[in-house]
Amino acid sequence: MKRFTGMLLVVLALGGFVLAQNALLINGAGATFPTPIYSKWFDTYHKANANIQINYQSVGSGAGIKQATDGTVDFGASDGPMNDEQLKAYNDKHGFALLHFPTVLGAVVPTYNIAGVSASLNFTPEVLAGIFLGRITKWNDPAIAGANKGVNLPAEDIVVVHRSDGSGTTYVFTDYLAKVSADWKDKVGKGTSVNWPVGLGGKGNEGVTGLVKQTPNSLGYVELIYAVKNNVSYGAVKNASGTFLKADLAGVSEAAAGAAREMPDDFRVSITNAPGKKAYPISSFTWLLIPAKFSDTAKRDALKSFLKWALTDGQKDAEELSYAKLPKEVVAKELKAINSIQ
Amino acid sequence: MSPRLRWRKFVSNFMLTLTGVCAAVSVSALFFVLGYLVYNGGTSINWDFFTKLPVPVGEVGGGMANAIVGSAKLLLLASLFGVPIGFLGGIYMAEFSNSTVAFVVRYAADLLNGVPSIVIGIFAYAVAVLPFKHFSTLAGAFALGLMMIPITLRSTEEFLHGVPRALREASMALGASKWKTIAAVVVPAAYRGIMTAILLALARVAGETAPLLFTALGNQYWSPGLRQPTASLPAMIYAYALSPYDDWHRQAWAAGLVLLALILIVNIFARAILSRGGTVLR
Amino acid sequence: MASSTTTVSNAGPSTGSRSFLSRLWDGDEIARIVTFLFAATVVLITVLLVLQLWHDSSLPRHKFGLSFFVTRVWDPIAEQFGALPFIYGTLFTAAVALLLAVPLGLGSAIFLAELAPQKISDTLQFFIDLLAAVPSVIYGLLGMFVVVPVMRVYIQPALKHSLGFLPLFQGPAFGVGFLTAGIVLAIMVIPYIISVSREVLLSVPRDQREAALALGATRWESTWKVVVPFARTGIMGSIFLALARALGETMAVTMVIGNTPTISASLFSPGYSIAAVIANELTEATGEVYFQALVELGLVLFLVTFILNGLARLMMVLTTQKGSGMGQV
Repeated sequence: MKRFTGMLLVVLALGGFVLAQNALLINGAGATFPTPIYSKWFDTYHKANANIQINYQSVGSGAGIKQATDGTVDFGASDGPMNDEQLKAYNDKHGFALLHFPTVLGAVVPTYNIAGVSASLNFTPEVLAGIFLGRITKWNDPAIAGANKGVNLPAEDIVVVHRSDGSGTTYVFTDYLAKVSADWKDKVGKGTSVNWPVGLGGKGNEGVTGLVKQTPNSLGYVELIYAVKNNVSYGAVKNASGTFLKADLAGVSEAAAGAAREMPDDFRVSITNAPGKKAYPISSFTWLLIPAKFSDTAKRDALKSFLKWALTDGQKDAEELSYAKLPKEVVAKELKAINSIQ
Repeated sequence: MSPRLRWRKFVSNFMLTLTGVCAAVSVSALFFVLGYLVYNGGTSINWDFFTKLPVPVGEVGGGMANAIVGSAKLLLLASLFGVPIGFLGGIYMAEFSNSTVAFVVRYAADLLNGVPSIVIGIFAYAVAVLPFKHFSTLAGAFALGLMMIPITLRSTEEFLHGVPRALREASMALGASKWKTIAAVVVPAAYRGIMTAILLALARVAGETAPLLFTALGNQYWSPGLRQPTASLPAMIYAYALSPYDDWHRQAWAAGLVLLALILIVNIFARAILSRGGTVLR
Repeated sequence: MASSTTTVSNAGPSTGSRSFLSRLWDGDEIARIVTFLFAATVVLITVLLVLQLWHDSSLPRHKFGLSFFVTRVWDPIAEQFGALPFIYGTLFTAAVALLLAVPLGLGSAIFLAELAPQKISDTLQFFIDLLAAVPSVIYGLLGMFVVVPVMRVYIQPALKHSLGFLPLFQGPAFGVGFLTAGIVLAIMVIPYIISVSREVLLSVPRDQREAALALGATRWESTWKVVVPFARTGIMGSIFLALARALGETMAVTMVIGNTPTISASLFSPGYSIAAVIANELTEATGEVYFQALVELGLVLFLVTFILNGLARLMMVLTTQKGSGMGQV
């Protein structure tokens, strides 16, 4: 029996050694925001190019930035663009830059789970800031009720759910809150990991969705596809022009329209609370973080060709997974920037 | 019978019954765990689970073949690293050392044994991942191997001590040198105990998740060679359990059942052997 | 060459008059050196581990000093790191776990050692040992999907209803939180309390029990008032061992505690533990201070478990000495 177990272990392990020896394995880690579409992209790309395997670990933007900076992964992913300090740290460490490449556009939505309420709730910026600051504690608070006439809100405590890990989704959400609430900006600020005044922590977009789904009277913030795919209700948010909008592709594209025209060269830009009657206020680009120089030419070429594919053919998959395609101007600019990867 | 005596007798019977209830509750926890795993995971164990790779997020189906192989690889490498150090170190302790050195080594081994696995993970991250700029199977095996060393060392020492002096002396009387005695007489006599202790150590690290989070990371595909990240059963259970997808929950239960079944089988087997040999393992 | 007329001379302690080379040639010296190197490796690895923890936590140690242990704020943006919420959470959940596990575990150990016939005692102990082998992540899985809903739907509301006037039972019932983590931890540490306590109780000399019974004590009185106090030190040792295990638990805790650095007197409140925050944030701690603050937390955890384990072992040694000494009077 012992000999059998031993041999079984050895056979299994050797099997692991032998298999896939010829494939090129590229490792990436980062944001959970775009995981559904990245997951699909890497799988489709692998099916078309059997010798290239891109292993993406959905660990959060914070981890994506750190791992890319430490060099423990080949590329990172984040929906919170790196700030100047982080970019400088990377440059100091490696001697070359870390480039941002937007891949898709997405929306962050307020999701909730209230027994008996299936209607779509309206959230004003003040309400969102108030809830996450811990000032508004009950669902039937006048501020919430005022925006949702006719909905029977229970007199229950709001269970706030936020991210426990470093998150680009958090960055987008807190970036928005900082823009619409001076109080929030003062007390909490924006970042991938903030000092939350209240709430439970879930790991990844996955964890937050899971917690909201399982916890009655909860409110969290997740990327649109997570709410849609898991049948969790999400609400409409009042945008800068005063309209209550539920997140959809048109709203996100509208939010990106201004940025598309004036995209900076390093592609780092915030499109939250964008002007425009139909702009969805909590939208964001999501970026792949790719080193400007590669020592492994095979990996470099594989990533470059993947990126070109993702920016062109890959965009087809975006809408079906509730992400908006990149504006044409941005794609054109990116395709040129890809050539600068050495 | 006086009322006081009646009361004392009643208290005695009551409390003793209570202890029986405590024991029943404690033991039943094991069956609860097994029961829930079988109930939730039993139906999800199919051929796909063992042979397919994970499918993209949100899609139904796929399996954990790469995690199973990944765990096997990690365990094999961990033993290759941890067992020789523990075993040979144990031989030194039992056969050659003086009391000062023995005290220091034993102290260090006990210290290492008591380190929480998350701290082992920090150490492995700092030593085996950051300098090499790579999450890898090797780093994961390093972390797991570290946890196997103290158990192997102490059991080797204990079981070697358990071999009667007479055996050693007889061998030396026949002209064998010390190392020959150890290799050909003492170790084989303690062999069964040592092997089963190693198996138990293996079963223990097979379920460890925390150190793997920082070393082996994870992989959707097969992990080629040793220097790439790899999927593993415990890490997959953790990731899938936290997700919102029902299909992944299903798979997490199945993986939990497979993992626990393997661990329990090894434990039952090892302990049965040990008790037959008349030794009691702490 | 120090050859001998009989072959017996190779046995026994080296006489010192044989040359190093000849001893080497016999292979014993090589064996000794080789095995020594491996044993030394163990010491080396342990030293390296402590050194790494110390070295990689130097930034926050210098920046915050001892105030690290009393600051409540954990703010990565402002680079303000305080360990208090995590220390609180770790200790609080461990306390809950022990409060539940010690009576249950001691009761079971008493049953196994005093009442149950040998075969049943051994069989049940076998099952208890298997319980100890269940991995943490599986406890976490069960915790998340079985314990948390039960807590949220039945137990926490019931407690709130009946005992809600106490600060311990106030606040919304999320399901996750200190109480749930404590319960899961209790199940995980019970096997340690049972197996060690059972052994200590079994080693109490028969005459102690018999003397008590001869004086007219009931079985329970003999057990509780004579045997258990006699084994007191060893039982304390088992509790320390269980405590050390509870403090270091990672996976099961992070899956049911709520992952929020909060300090609250309420059992229903979500919280955080040292091990859980390290697991969640180490691979994403951008910035040296952040990363090293987490390593410092690891160092704290290491030191605490080290001390506890040492004390536990000390106590068990004291018990066995006592047990073997007194019996011969």
